[in-house]
Amino acid sequence: MTDRPIVDPAVPSIVSFRAVTKRYDAKSIVVDDLSLDIVKGEFLTLLGPSGSGKTTTLMMLAGFEWPNSGRIFMDGQDITDLPPHKRDMGVVFQSYALFPHMSVADNVAFPLAVRGIAAAEARRRVGEALELVHLTGFGDRRPGQLSGGQQQRVALARSLVYRPRIVLMDEPLGALDKALREQMQIEIKQIHRQLGVTFVYVTHDQDEALTMSDRVAVFHEGRIQQISPPVEIYNRPRTRFVANFLGETNMLPGTVVSAGDGFARIRLGNDAVLRGRAGDGIAAGQEAVLVVRPEAISEIHAEANTIEGTLLDQLFHGDHVRVRIAISGGQTVQLKLRPQACAGLPPAGQTLRLSIPAEEALILA
Amino acid sequence: MLKGQRGGMLRSYALIAPMFVFLLATFLWPVSMILWRSVSDPELRAALPATAVELSSWSGQGLPPASAYAALASDLVKVDGASLASLSRRLSYENPGFRALLQSTKRKLEAAPAGTTPDLVALDPQWGANQTWQAMKRAAGPVGVFHILSALDLRQNYETGIGPSRPGAALYRSIILRTFAIASTTAILALVLAFPLCAFLARQSDRVRNLLLLMVLLPFWTSILVRTTAWLALLQDRGVINTLLMDMGLIDQPMKLLYNRIGVITALVHVMLPFMIFPLLAAMRSIDPRLFRAALSLGATPFYAFRRVYLPQVMPGVMAGALMVFVVTLGFYVTPMLVGGPGDQMISYYIALYTTGTLNWGLASSLGLILLVITLSLYAIQNALLRRSGVGLR
Amino acid sequence: MLKRTKLLAASLLACTVCLASASARDLVIVSNGGTFQEAQSNAIFKPFTAKTGIKVVEDTWDNGIGVIRTKVEGGDSGWDIVNAESEELEIACQEGLILPLDIDKLGGKDNYVPGAVHKCGIGAAIYNHVLAYDKTRVSAVPTWADFFDLKKYPGKRALRASPKTNLEFALIADGVPLADVYKVLSTPEGVDRAFAKLDTIKSSLVFWTAGGQPMQLLASGEVVMTSSFNGRVTNAINKEHKPFGIVWDKSLQTADSWVILKTSPNVDKAYELLKFAGEAEPQSHLPDVQPIGITSAKAVGMIKPELLADLPTAPDNNKDVLQINDAFWIDNIDTLTARWAEWSAQ
Repeated sequence: MTDRPIVDPAVPSIVSFRAVTKRYDAKSIVVDDLSLDIVKGEFLTLLGPSGSGKTTTLMMLAGFEWPNSGRIFMDGQDITDLPPHKRDMGVVFQSYALFPHMSVADNVAFPLAVRGIAAAEARRRVGEALELVHLTGFGDRRPGQLSGGQQQRVALARSLVYRPRIVLMDEPLGALDKALREQMQIEIKQIHRQLGVTFVYVTHDQDEALTMSDRVAVFHEGRIQQISPPVEIYNRPRTRFVANFLGETNMLPGTVVSAGDGFARIRLGNDAVLRGRAGDGIAAGQEAVLVVRPEAISEIHAEANTIEGTLLDQLFHGDHVRVRIAISGGQTVQLKLRPQACAGLPPAGQTLRLSIPAEEALILA
Repeated sequence: MLKGQRGGMLRSYALIAPMFVFLLATFLWPVSMILWRSVSDPELRAALPATAVELSSWSGQGLPPASAYAALASDLVKVDGASLASLSRRLSYENPGFRALLQSTKRKLEAAPAGTTPDLVALDPQWGANQTWQAMKRAAGPVGVFHILSALDLRQNYETGIGPSRPGAALYRSIILRTFAIASTTAILALVLAFPLCAFLARQSDRVRNLLLLMVLLPFWTSILVRTTAWLALLQDRGVINTLLMDMGLIDQPMKLLYNRIGVITALVHVMLPFMIFPLLAAMRSIDPRLFRAALSLGATPFYAFRRVYLPQVMPGVMAGALMVFVVTLGFYVTPMLVGGPGDQMISYYIALYTTGTLNWGLASSLGLILLVITLSLYAIQNALLRRSGVGLR
Repeated sequence: MLKRTKLLAASLLACTVCLASASARDLVIVSNGGTFQEAQSNAIFKPFTAKTGIKVVEDTWDNGIGVIRTKVEGGDSGWDIVNAESEELEIACQEGLILPLDIDKLGGKDNYVPGAVHKCGIGAAIYNHVLAYDKTRVSAVPTWADFFDLKKYPGKRALRASPKTNLEFALIADGVPLADVYKVLSTPEGVDRAFAKLDTIKSSLVFWTAGGQPMQLLASGEVVMTSSFNGRVTNAINKEHKPFGIVWDKSLQTADSWVILKTSPNVDKAYELLKFAGEAEPQSHLPDVQPIGITSAKAVGMIKPELLADLPTAPDNNKDVLQINDAFWIDNIDTLTARWAEWSAQ
């Protein structure tokens, strides 16, 4: 595999988790033996379903939770027991957490006031921060008078105004509607590029993770399943969980027939044998799945690496058409085709052969 | 369209009408009647109508003109016993000797031969004194400030201006001050006790909080009389607390806990605590606990965050609770009466005393009026403060 | 809508009419409720109806001259005879709210104990402000002089939180004969003298306000002596078996009186009832329930000796008492209350 190892001493990291474990009681381990390096200036997203430990990890970094074992370092300094207000991090909460009794300007000025920065300088920096989030002129309003998106921008400005070395965001866009969310994603990404500050971003939304991040860490049951750049996470998932969690995917179970050379062959339930890239530790004879994205199965009627099935139906989605095909053995395979490519499809109930490009298929344990 | 709107308006008025009528009948009307009594001074005018007219035009300095003497003489002969009794009671607020003076003068006037008008000063030298006539003029009504001034230990003197009603009199002013001192001490102590409790309760699960609140509420559901009597049993010289402390050898003599300020404040704080807890808890529960975290994450020390983020948001609850406790305490009657000493009686004790005990309704109403005015001003100040801090009722 | 309003008005009017039409009504008598009124009802009202066939309707009130004023202001409002306290009697009489009574129609002056006959009222119940003491700590029967003597009997004393009765007690303790108490108290020097006497025990004084407090204060050991209403002391001794003593000598006496409202349409029936109420036989049953001091001079001899001993009107108890002068207090209560408040708060 080409992605970075989870802990790589060669990369200049700003934060390092070392064997951090957090449990609330004897049974439920929330974060399990986590080791993680956050690279200076990167946009790292912690992605996972609820309860996977991603938010707890963020809260331990912010100083609101304490690990049961393991240490957390920042610039080589042990910050495990450092109280939150001494960590110099900006935190943006899903609930915005704006102070309702203060004006927008006072909210943004709060961290400056805490640090005893002179009023004139504070005013200048508040102005800059509001400009950065496109809220110039809103300084005198109360948070209650702003829309959700505007409030989140204020929260963002507040967490950036004192130039923290690292900004933590806990599902900051979770409460916004889809259109607003997409716009904010772009803006946050722009701000990240502009400032070059390290962002650690928690979300359960895979699109958000893929769009914004330099790297994505996928959490499941308190462990990081995979940490890689978005393209790699999407195209080269290393576990079934990651493959399933990010994007749509077809998973066909079978038995590995042969492996080697980075590729393997798998015999599916209907005796068809397909070739694909081999995941970690794939060996002949073991149970495995063939993972292939619906949009990868583009060629029909092709000869190599094919499987036969019956066309169930096709659903028109505008920019693409979803085609469902039942292959023998009770499995259903989904295809995502450009509308033009559907012209040659037989009517429902007819059999056809599907071609699965070996480069884009993965065989995972 | 317009017609329909008007119909809707009428309907909404009809909906609030019963409440309005109820308030009018049970609150506004009686209260205004009571307040009216603080300025109304009808007795002299009813008993001695001609004299009242004469007194109104007299300056109050020296002695009134001869026409006033003549009017008084003819009025006194004509007045019936009931009106004279009412007048005597009114004038006894100034000088208890007035009843005897009026009745003996009336008797002597009636005994005088018909057609002659005896010299009043000859009948009783008091009629030759400026103070006698000033007292009459102060009562000449129909409205006057006598009762209100009395409630401030003041008296209008037409020769020397407004001065103390008796030399060195400061009775009602000291009672008003005492009432405010007791009420504010109660409010502050209730706040000091309720604040940490509410801060704790606000963070508990609903189940735990409701259970603990129930324990706070149980005494609230008990009659004030019962609770106050329980304090008697606890605080008296041979009561639970003194006995316990003496048995433990901590004190030799029983501590004086009852019939003084300590007892009053203790019992009042206990009675008033729920009035503080509920608004405070509501305010604390409405605060997003994440705001505190946010403040910490922005670099604020816990104390700074408490002062600048938590406290300003709890302030409306603190103010509402403190004002509620303060205002309700102002009107307290039973508790200070039972556990307080004579120096701890609050203004309502005297209002009740003058209303039901001595029938001096003018003085009772004036004390009530003063209490009402001060309470309303405090409320206005609180509202202004809250509005300025921007978290007031909007 | 308008129709409905009219209907409502009409029904309201009808109600007023139906109330007003009750003017030819039964005799209504108003007392203070509780066991007190129960005693009156059993001893007087029910036997009266049985004897004369005149129906008596009972009502209760909580006193207050304002109530009488309101009842009389708008004409007859349903009350005939009222059990009034002495001050209410005095004021209502002065203001002409109640009828002056013809004592000869009620059996004559001699039919009643002294102090029970007033121009506008006839005694209904007599009670005293007495000295009560804790027998375990006060060895001999104390006098008011002993009450004011901290050396003879150390310990706290309780007095009512009001100048009324206390100024009298102070003067009595200072050696003023009963007959002269109000004469002395009517002078500024006399008032000063009473307050000076109270000053001597001020440090040991506790004040009571509710009638139940004195016995509670004695029982808890807070005080050794207290002033109290006689009925409370008797009940504490007889029913709760407390080691308390009651001192009748030099106690202050006051009476509740029957009065007839000036608006009563049943004056003749009311006289009949009051005459019956003044007779010895019905009165002798009054103390059965609680120690109510009776006002019939002849009934005193008919009461069971064990009950009589606890009554204010028993000859032994009644021989050395002072009638509270209500006229004095009506004139002076405000001035003296203000002075009392200042004195007691210092």
